[in-house]
Formats: sequence, structure tokens, C-alpha cells
Amino acid sequence: MHITVTVNGQTYTHDVEPRLLLVHYLRDVLRLTGTHVGCETSLCGACTVLMNGAAVKSCTVLAVQADGAEITTIEGLAKDGQLHPVQEGFWEEHGLQCGFCTPGMIMASYQLLQRNPNPSDAEIRHALEGNLCRCTGYQHIVNAVRYAAEKMRQSAPAASGT
Amino acid sequence: MFPRPFDYLRPTSVAEATRLLASHAEAKVLAGGHSLLPMMKLRLASPRVLIDIGRIPELTGIREENGMLIIGACTTHYAAESSPLLRRHCPLLAETAAAIGDVQVRNRGTIGGSLAHADPAADWPAAILAVEAQLKLVRRGAERLVPARDFFVDLLTTVMQSDELLTEIHVPVNPPRTGSAYLKVPQPASGFALTGVAAQVTLGPNNTLERVAVGITGVSSKPYRATATEQALQGQAATAEAVAQAATQATAGVEALADIHASAEYRLHLARVYTKRALLRAIERARG
Ligand SMILES: Cc1cc2nc3c(=O)[nH]c(=O)nc-3n(C[C@H](O)[C@H](O)[C@H](O)COP(=O)(O)OP(=O)(O)OC[C@H]3O[C@@H](n4cnc5c(N)ncnc54)[C@H](O)[C@@H]3O)c2cc1C
Ligand code: FES
Ligand code: FES
Repeated sequence: MHITVTVNGQTYTHDVEPRLLLVHYLRDVLRLTGTHVGCETSLCGACTVLMNGAAVKSCTVLAVQADGAEITTIEGLAKDGQLHPVQEGFWEEHGLQCGFCTPGMIMASYQLLQRNPNPSDAEIRHALEGNLCRCTGYQHIVNAVRYAAEKMRQSAPAASGT
Repeated sequence: MFPRPFDYLRPTSVAEATRLLASHAEAKVLAGGHSLLPMMKLRLASPRVLIDIGRIPELTGIREENGMLIIGACTTHYAAESSPLLRRHCPLLAETAAAIGDVQVRNRGTIGGSLAHADPAADWPAAILAVEAQLKLVRRGAERLVPARDFFVDLLTTVMQSDELLTEIHVPVNPPRTGSAYLKVPQPASGFALTGVAAQVTLGPNNTLERVAVGITGVSSKPYRATATEQALQGQAATAEAVAQAATQATAGVEALADIHASAEYRLHLARVYTKRALLRAIERARG
């Protein structure tokens, strides 16, 4: 089946088998290997990408279901060589060790900050329940998201009248 | 890990979807895919045809009509959790949606898919029973409304026929002085309910319990209403003692599931304790 998908702002058209998973489309067809495959069973969140702005586990979405969608992967966050604040937060706050969970963690954190620019620690942990990390013990990841939230609030245009 | 090959069809209306279902005996409906795709990847299910109902506009969204909330079957858990209509008129459903899995699952999974799948540990069934929803089932040339009470048959089994589509969930708008709560003990790895209790009460004059409904999931092979508990409280004063007493009957006549995560005894115990807690919280909320 023919699908047209916009990934990180670039539009692609491919003929794919209906059973091809979105994560394999991204990794094997588009060669965007930043998105990782961890458990393959919808549990670990390593494969998290944004589909029309919503965080999804791309091992549990068919490529044909993404037909017409806008996908953002970890490769799409940095702009002009500048890390996105969430990426910078993981760097500055030691939010990773082996880094395997990191692309998924960052995409889930990115969605959280879109929906809730000023999350509490509890809200950060709740939003990352679908992402497992075997290294960090999570505290540094929470710190990284807090760092990013602060940085994004500072650079956002001052809210008027609220 | 990927599924066996299948043909993929994507209807754009309910009429087209039911026509396709009627003409493809080996087809399965694909909604959010968060129960079906994992099963297909493990080859526990291998449908020859998938009918993707994820892009049928009639099936998404929540609206209010003559005192009823009409929820499209393809409304995602996240859309339900964040719906101002549900939060105002039937907060039990928003609270239940928020308790499902993790945010990625809630972004994709749908209320209709969860109900049709009828996993005994799913969250939605408890709430759907407690609010006395009606489920609209459509097949080519016919439709019927099934009360939630009659919908679940057994483990992964409902009254739906293979050519039927669940299209809408109808839920009455809460009357004044109604309070509700969904409380759950999640299985730590998957998030599914070891026990989930949805309670909804409406208070009458002098704080008597005018209406009491308790739906319980996770405990037995199908979700159920705690009828003995409800009857013991109906018309009674909403006191902590009465609730504690009635909650001891929340598992009367129930045969519990047992697995590596929890024994039958433990599930029954959880159901009674969480029935008490959910009812107390619902009463507190009804008082405002
Ligand atoms: C990691 C993980 C954690 C989860 N945790 C929880 C949890 O804590 N609590 C919980 O309740 N659930 C949980 N789930 C399940 C999740 O909520 C699913 O989304 C839901 O059970 C199925 O909905 P779906 O839209 O994804 O359905 P699908 O997977 O698309 O379909 C499920 C079944 O229902 C049928 N079907 C779907 N829609 C219709 C329809 N409208 N009419 C007729 N038949 C239909 C399909 O043919 C299929 O047989 C979890 C899932 C995952 C992957
Ligand atoms: S690889 Fe998709 S959730 Fe683990
Ligand atoms: S950094 Fe190793 S899994 Fe998270």
C-alpha cells in the first residue's frame, strides 16, 4: 500500500507492506535510527515518537496507520545545530547513562512539556510511566525535564494578561 | 517481531465499515491497535484482513444530547481523560480513562476497543457498569442498544457478533449531588487492574443514598456489579459504618481469577477493601 508520511518536516512516499511497523519504517526504510527498539512488546517506550503531536510507541503502530501523519523523531528536535532544551536538559543533568532509553524518554518529555509547561516532579514521573530506564534510577531524568521546563518557560514569550 | 501478512482496509464511514465486515468473514476491526497489534505480533491472533476504523469521523468525539453523553467508540483514552464534557457531567469516566496504562497507550487506545476486547483486567468495564451505559452495536442493516450489564459474557467475550461494530457509548448526565470514584490496584509491570472499583452515588434528602452503583473489574473473568453491596446501601444514611458493612458483601458469590500476580483470595480481599474506599470517596465528592 502507498503511504505518504511527513517525518521531521520532510515528506516521503513509499509502497509498504501493511504489516510493517512504524518503527521499522523509520529505522529500516528511512534510515532514521535514532528511534530505538527495546522490548518490541509495547512496554518500554524506547520507540516513542510523536505522531500528530502525540507520543506513541512506534512498535505498536502500523506504518499504514501513519499514512498522512506528521511524525517527529529524536532527529527532528535539534534546530540549526542547537540542541532542543529537553536534549540539553538530559545532557546537563546527566539524564542518561547507556542512552538506550533516551530518545524515547526525550520524546515523551517533549510531549509532557507541550501539554503542561510547568509540571511537578510527580507529574513528570507520571508522564514517563510508559518509558523504562535500566540505568539512571530516574531521578536525573526528572531533573533533566525540570531543567528543560524552566529553560522553555524562560525563552517563551511572556504570557500576557494571565 | 511482526504480524503475519494481512490485507488492510480503511473505510471512511460506519456504513462502509459494516459492509466490509459483512463481506469478510476473516476480518478483524482495528481501532487503536493497543490490544490487537501486540497479539498479532505474538501471533496469538492472525486475522487475514484488518478493517481500520481509526479514520471514521462519526466514531470519534464526545457530545451531549438530551441529557445523554454520546461517546464515539474510537475516542481515545486521552481524549476522554481530558474532555471537559466528561469532567463536568460524568467525571467517573474521565478518572477511569486517566488510570489506564501510560500516556502513550492512552494516546492510541480507544474506549470502544477496550470494551470490545473485554480483557478481564481492563479499567473501562468497571466504570461503564457503574454509570449504566448503553452500547450501540451496528451491523449491516440493523442496530441495537445493549445495556452494559448484558454486554460482557466471559473472558475476552462479549455479546457482539463478528459482523457487528461498536459505534457509540451512551451515558446519562449525572444528576445533582452525585459523586464518584475509580480506585485501582495496578499490576506493577503492565498497569492493568489487579482490582479496579468504580463507585457512583447520588444523595437524596438528609444524605440518604438514593442511588448506589459499584462496578468491579480485574477480580473475576468478567466485570460485575456488586449488587449485594448496592442493595444493602440503597435508601440508607451515607455513613462510614454502613459503607464498611456493605463493602464486605462486594464479592458475594464471585469466583476470582488467580495468576502469578495475585491469588484469588488476595483479589477478593482487594475488591472488598477498595469497594469501601471508592464508596467513601464517592460520598465525600457527592457532598461537595
Ligand atoms: C503497555 C500497555 C498497557 C496497557 N495498560 C492498560 C491498563 O492499565 N488498563 C486497561 O484497561 N487497558 C490497558 N491496555 C490496553 C489498552 O487500553 C487498549 O488500548 C485497549 O484495551 C484496546 O483498545 P484499542 O482501541 O487499542 O483496540 P484494538 O487493539 O484496536 O482492538 C481490540 C479488539 O477489539 C476489537 N474492536 C476494536 N474496536 C472495535 C469496535 N469499535 N467495534 C468492534 N470491535 C472492535 C478489535 O477487533 C480487537 O479484537 C494496555 C495496553 C498496553 C499496550
Ligand atoms: S520497543 Fe516499543 S515499547 Fe518497547
Ligand atoms: S540510560 Fe540506559 S536505559 Fe536509560
